[in-house]
Amino acid sequence: MSNIFSVVPIQHYIILSAILFSIGVIGVLTRRNAIIIFMSVEIMLNSVNLLLAAFSTYHNDAAGQIFVFFIMAVAAAEVAVGLAIIVMIYRNINTIDINELNKLKG
Amino acid sequence: MVVASKNPVHSVLYLILTFFTVAGHYLLLNAQFLALVHIVVYAGAIMVLFLFVIMLLNLNVDKEPVNTNLVKFAGAIAGGSLMLVLIAVLSKTNIMMPAHPANTQIGLIKNLGKVLYTEYNLPFEIASILFLVAMIGAVILAKKNPHTT
Repeated sequence: MSNIFSVVPIQHYIILSAILFSIGVIGVLTRRNAIIIFMSVEIMLNSVNLLLAAFSTYHNDAAGQIFVFFIMAVAAAEVAVGLAIIVMIYRNINTIDINELNKLKG
Repeated sequence: MVVASKNPVHSVLYLILTFFTVAGHYLLLNAQFLALVHIVVYAGAIMVLFLFVIMLLNLNVDKEPVNTNLVKFAGAIAGGSLMLVLIAVLSKTNIMMPAHPANTQIGLIKNLGKVLYTEYNLPFEIASILFLVAMIGAVILAKKNPHTT
């Protein structure tokens, strides 16, 4: 098996992660649907995971991949709770437009 | 694609595509365990949850809230400049890497499992408690409150 690490420098992974993270940021900034904002947050988490895994493999250190595993666990829990919150918001105000969520405004 | 498509269901499908490409990158990085877990957790669990909620809430294109063009433009500009700055900064840095990284085997399930259950045993157990708390919280939140409705 030819070694990927001699062919692809880590800079490419860094750039890919930066692009993925920026796509997530653009999604959060431009959309108003709460579910799609949630998905954009997932994309950002994924980009960070990818970079952690890349660094861990290039440095031959297992700790990075363990961290990625724990981040995935936390992300799964976060998605479950967040979607429950979104369902509750939809039941209460019948929309998931985040601009309608101004009940806290004084 | 996830960001641009109007229909939330299409967004979810494109998100699944993105997740599979990331899983492919894990495979290329010789991290088989992460690739497997990624596909199972994201494509299996999280995406089903998203699709289920979208269909439960019965959202479609005509009910989709749309921002004004100004906000969209400003958001795209801000995100694009963030990307430019990140790429510019990160390409200027020179990262110290091992000269000849070995053909690593740490991503294999056997080696990763050894590390996970010896060095990181306590965080592993704490993660299970986190899952329990999240499960209870989600059930309580999604349950209809009998006092208010």
